[in-house]
Amino acid sequence: MPLSPALSTSAPAWFKERATNAWSQFQTLPLPSVRDENWRYSNAKSIPLESLANADVPDSDVVKVAVAASVELEKWSARLVFVNDCLAASESSQLPAGVICVPFSQALEQHSDAMREHFMQRQMQLGSEKFAALHLAMLKAGTVVIVPRGITVPAPIEVFHWVSGENAAIFPHTLVIAEDNAAVTVVDHYRSCTSEAGFSCAVADLIGKPGSHVTYIACQEMSEEAQAMHLSSTVAGKDAQMKSFQLQLGANWSRSESVSDLVGKGARSDMLSVSLPLGDQIVDQRTLQNHKAPNATSDLLYKNALYDSSRTVFSGLITVDEGAHYTDAYQTCRNLLNSDTAEANSLPGLEINADQVKCSHGSTSGPVSEEELFYLKARGIPDNEARRLIVLGFADDVIQRIGNDAIEQMIHARVEEKFARLG
Amino acid sequence: MSLKIENLQARIGEREILKGLTIEIKPGEVHAIMGPNGSGKSTLSKVLCGHEDYEVTGGSATLDGEDLLSLSIDQRSRAGLFLAFQYPHEIPGVTNANFLRAALKARKPDGEDVDAIAFYRQMYARMDQLEMDRSFTGRNVNEGFSGGEKKRNEILQLMMLEPKYAILDETDSGLDIDALKIVSRGVNAMRSAERGFLVITHYQRLLNYIQPDIVHVLMDGRIVKTGDRSLALKLEEKGYDWVKDEALPAAA
Repeated sequence: MPLSPALSTSAPAWFKERATNAWSQFQTLPLPSVRDENWRYSNAKSIPLESLANADVPDSDVVKVAVAASVELEKWSARLVFVNDCLAASESSQLPAGVICVPFSQALEQHSDAMREHFMQRQMQLGSEKFAALHLAMLKAGTVVIVPRGITVPAPIEVFHWVSGENAAIFPHTLVIAEDNAAVTVVDHYRSCTSEAGFSCAVADLIGKPGSHVTYIACQEMSEEAQAMHLSSTVAGKDAQMKSFQLQLGANWSRSESVSDLVGKGARSDMLSVSLPLGDQIVDQRTLQNHKAPNATSDLLYKNALYDSSRTVFSGLITVDEGAHYTDAYQTCRNLLNSDTAEANSLPGLEINADQVKCSHGSTSGPVSEEELFYLKARGIPDNEARRLIVLGFADDVIQRIGNDAIEQMIHARVEEKFARLG
Repeated sequence: MSLKIENLQARIGEREILKGLTIEIKPGEVHAIMGPNGSGKSTLSKVLCGHEDYEVTGGSATLDGEDLLSLSIDQRSRAGLFLAFQYPHEIPGVTNANFLRAALKARKPDGEDVDAIAFYRQMYARMDQLEMDRSFTGRNVNEGFSGGEKKRNEILQLMMLEPKYAILDETDSGLDIDALKIVSRGVNAMRSAERGFLVITHYQRLLNYIQPDIVHVLMDGRIVKTGDRSLALKLEEKGYDWVKDEALPAAA
């Protein structure tokens, strides 16, 4: 059975209408061509749309195993587990009063007005209109977080999305709204129950109102037969501080599109990513730092440590609108090439239409520095261990910027575990 | 028992830098090598540690009888050789504590780990001696360190690894007088009858604080003069030209 939307009868009319329109949009829009600038060095045909199927309602054994494996952070304010877009577990007793953290379907029913205002309101800008339409049409699971003004959610909200079944597709959604001066951290995990092929087409929208702090972490550890897509956007209001981190470890082909809109004066957005592709994994990364207000800062650091015949594509653009004076915008992509057959493509870009702007972009690709290796070996550390320290350090250099010890340790451990598979 | 370098010759690319260098450092001794820029001082330290840019074309180097030149870089360190770098490298993302633990773990039998409590206790004690703030344990190796902090960090590593023979490559460069005193105090604390030092320096100033037993002058890839501490003072006063006049015609 090919993919087909199965609309929930309890969803509000406005949502049903949008979902229906999205389905026809998905069917009408052509698959992006490799000649499309947003798809250079990549290929949308990597997603086997024809062979994908709606994910079945998982049987109870699968659910049990997935829920038991949904353990990463020791402390969390709320935890939700989805298997094949069905809610499998949810605990939210640690949340401060007034904070909303509910499954998507519940949010549609109970918070329809807020959803109507914020749900997928932004145009896709980095090439995946077709897949965003597919996501909207198929969407039935995910997490909606609304943090009222002035409230800090102390520990992270942690969400697991599992896919089970050959060629099953899931469409996880994340919507985070932090009202004025609110603070929240949300962690999404994307995983496969087995080593089967499958597809995750996720959308995450993060809205930071004035003075809010939002940290968002996406950990993609799907099966290496799977494909993973993650389309995220961040809106940073006046003096809001947004931080997003993408960990790309799984899937044979993954693509992330991350847009940061800096819409309020003094806003800040940090965009971070780490990947460690092995074998013939492909990691495709597209970013946009959109400065629409003055005195805002965006700082992007993406690092890829490549092995074997893996390939990465980084394409990043900074745009500074007229009037966005005193912008500080930085973009850095570093690729560590640990094999002669690995390939890192970097396409950095800048469009500046304002004055008094500090912008820089740079990308580097190369093997482990001989001088760093020499320094470690000169202290008695053997070659393989020295390389391990350097590569993990290369990743930790980004991970350390998250600013939350528990999350940093969790991500470090995931990277270390994948590194151990190198043997 | 000694670090024994005999008639050592080495080149980088086509350029001969060491042209037959001989020196023997016994445990308990502190030797200083002085020499003008380009004489081969830093090359000597890197060749002894096994830097791959240099090719040894002749001579020998042994550590307590073991052939150093046949060992890999990390084996030389574990055999008991230490180099305090002139320009210590930054290692992004690797904390000082993890780095030192990895270095100590490499000295343990396979699978055996470093005792964490004893490790931190010793590291803190050594850091106190070097007047290093505890925060340096969690900072990435040399990243964002000032020149003086990097040099202290080198001496911290020396103190933690307790080598048999330590080479200090221009450890005084980039240090103000206060930092120089602290670093020297750290080195002097490590002087013992079981440990030999080779202090490479451009200036005699360092030797006021780390007093050598023997002073060598390196010129054009060879030791051209050897004496006691007074030789260093004479070099400071008169420069290197007189040694050159005295030594090179004879060596030619």
